[in-house]
Amino acid sequence: MRRARHLPVTVLAAAIALASHAQAQTEITVATVNNNDMVIMQSLTDAFEKAHPDITLDWVVLEENVLRQRMTTDIATGGGQFDVMTIGAYEAPIWAEREWLEPLDDLPDEYAVDDLLTSVRDGLSLEGTPYALPFYAESSMMYYRKDLFEEAGIEMSEQPTWNEVRDWAEQLHGAQEGVAGICLRGKPGWGENMAFVTTLVNTYGGRWFDEQWNPELTSEPWMEAIEFYVDLLGNYGPPGASSNGFNENLALFARGNCAMWVDATSAAGTLYDGSESSVADSLGFAPAPVAKTPKGSHWLWTWALAIPASSEHKDAAKQFITWATSQEYIELVGETQGWTNVPPGTRESTYANEQYTQAAPFADFVLSAIQNADPTDSTLEPNPYTGVQIVNIPEFQAIGTQVGQSIAAALTGDTTVEQALTSAQRATERTMQRAGYND
Amino acid sequence: MTTRHINAAPPALRSQQARQLLLTLVGWAVALTIFFPILWMVLTGFKTETAAIADPSFIFSPTLESYQAVNARSGYARFALNSVAVAFGSTFLALLIAIPCAYAMAFLPTRRTKGTLLWMLSTKMLPPVGVLVPIYLIFRDVGLLDTRTGLILIYTLMNLPIVVWMLYTFFKDMPRDILEAGRMDGASTFQEVFYLLLPLTMPGIASTGLLSVILSWNEAFWSLNLTTSKAAPLTAYIASFSSPEGLFWAKLSAASTMAIAPILVLGWMTQKQMVRGLTFGAVK
Repeated sequence: MRRARHLPVTVLAAAIALASHAQAQTEITVATVNNNDMVIMQSLTDAFEKAHPDITLDWVVLEENVLRQRMTTDIATGGGQFDVMTIGAYEAPIWAEREWLEPLDDLPDEYAVDDLLTSVRDGLSLEGTPYALPFYAESSMMYYRKDLFEEAGIEMSEQPTWNEVRDWAEQLHGAQEGVAGICLRGKPGWGENMAFVTTLVNTYGGRWFDEQWNPELTSEPWMEAIEFYVDLLGNYGPPGASSNGFNENLALFARGNCAMWVDATSAAGTLYDGSESSVADSLGFAPAPVAKTPKGSHWLWTWALAIPASSEHKDAAKQFITWATSQEYIELVGETQGWTNVPPGTRESTYANEQYTQAAPFADFVLSAIQNADPTDSTLEPNPYTGVQIVNIPEFQAIGTQVGQSIAAALTGDTTVEQALTSAQRATERTMQRAGYND
Repeated sequence: MTTRHINAAPPALRSQQARQLLLTLVGWAVALTIFFPILWMVLTGFKTETAAIADPSFIFSPTLESYQAVNARSGYARFALNSVAVAFGSTFLALLIAIPCAYAMAFLPTRRTKGTLLWMLSTKMLPPVGVLVPIYLIFRDVGLLDTRTGLILIYTLMNLPIVVWMLYTFFKDMPRDILEAGRMDGASTFQEVFYLLLPLTMPGIASTGLLSVILSWNEAFWSLNLTTSKAAPLTAYIASFSSPEGLFWAKLSAASTMAIAPILVLGWMTQKQMVRGLTFGAVK
């Protein structure tokens, strides 16, 4: 009877204890993109929660474009739905300027902020203050089939030029059944064909805007570069090249349908993995080709983690992003998921780690490509913007996609290169005038 | 006479049989063409990522690795439960509002009924993204972001014009005399609707409800924009397996198969009612 009398009190005490425990738990919502590195991060949730028992993680994984739209809506309206956002080098300075992101200037010493690669860290900062921490970074390079090159007696140059690439593509196109001389991005979009096309224009000596923000899409370097691109991809590319983006080309190259491919360094891990790629044994790589200048010939892109100003759990969010971008995390991935799966391009210490450099023969190469890409000086003539394959202004998404569509139309033969660039120039002029950059 | 009959019948029968055969063949061809993408998706779900990007082939060694990977990554059950709650909840609410509305429009029309109906339908012509920011702000202020209630509300509003239109058409086809007879016997409006109108137009109501469930189940724009994790339905689940960077075709196909499976089974089970409802009143 005595025990029964005490029962309600015990139950109440237990309930209060449970409730207070539940209150102590902070749940943070992490929005991220669906790619290999992020999927690994999600799979290591337990490791983080074990080390931080007062924080639980809730994941929202979406396709890149959907995620970008979703996050922009939330951050612009102060919705506060996310505590951590995965953003690119394009958004970081723009959102920071609008005070949408939490400044990250008081990082703990053990985070070793100086270990972050300078070009990557600078790309995520505004006036010296970091607003996002790099999760992984990539540049672009050339992949090629060593077996086809050997059969044809071609020797890869230390620094290939685009003219050489054209000759090789001509020679290797159809060398084996179903093999295209070269695969390049053709699918329209600011993050698709325009990422590649901009590096091509850069190396041909062109730029998006002059110092007064006047578009230069009908300038000689643009004309020359796009004529070259249309000729190269149109004659020696795979069928339907205008609908190929990164994924489609990755699939084509992995199946052995391309002799050469110029694209993101992040594809190296997949292409070296024999279970996913049929060309793993014959894979060769070289720097992205150059034409008139090496400036801006290869891009720099970073996926980073940031805390929106509207988050209600900023401290917990900061604990998570400093963990996910730390040296400790990189080692955890290396040990549990294999060293080729380590998120590359963010820390000097990653490239000092012998286990990584042995497992990833392309490591030093990628490091030098990332270090050499300078978003503040990416064109032969001076320009008013930052970014190698992007222009860090809010209007660029729309402009890039529109110009990308015009260039894709030239690639399919619907318009001439001159018509495509003239219409792209007009559209860009209109957008820039409306946005108040010039009269 | 008899001989003529015997001679005349077989060619007519033959031509009828040939027509029927041709129609059957055309029917099968159309059905298979429509079904092919779904079949291909289901098959791809049982391939490895390498086989999924290889040259298209029906011959492969099936594997469950994509299903295992998909299940290891995210809780399917939570998303499926949200889809069920939101699709059926919004359909129930839409029918609850639309039945009295369609009754009034069909049996007590005014000069403005036709105009009102057209105006209701015209709201479907507005691209949803045009009202995204205002709706997002309202939802934020009233705390409906990432809630099932919020999604049920938005889906109800989204489907209401179609539900009202369909019910209006079914109700209009119903002979008024039956309702008048009921009224003569002293039935109230409620009784008239509940005991006469609803039982007699049940096939139409069922097919309207099913259509509304399917539309809500497949809706992706609002579900992706107004939910994060707690109320996210299966459309958000599929979206998490699509990527412009990386090979995810087999996993995406496996996730999509799991997402459409419940609604496919529901459609299969209710296809008779669906067809009956959609052709209700078509032949008089």
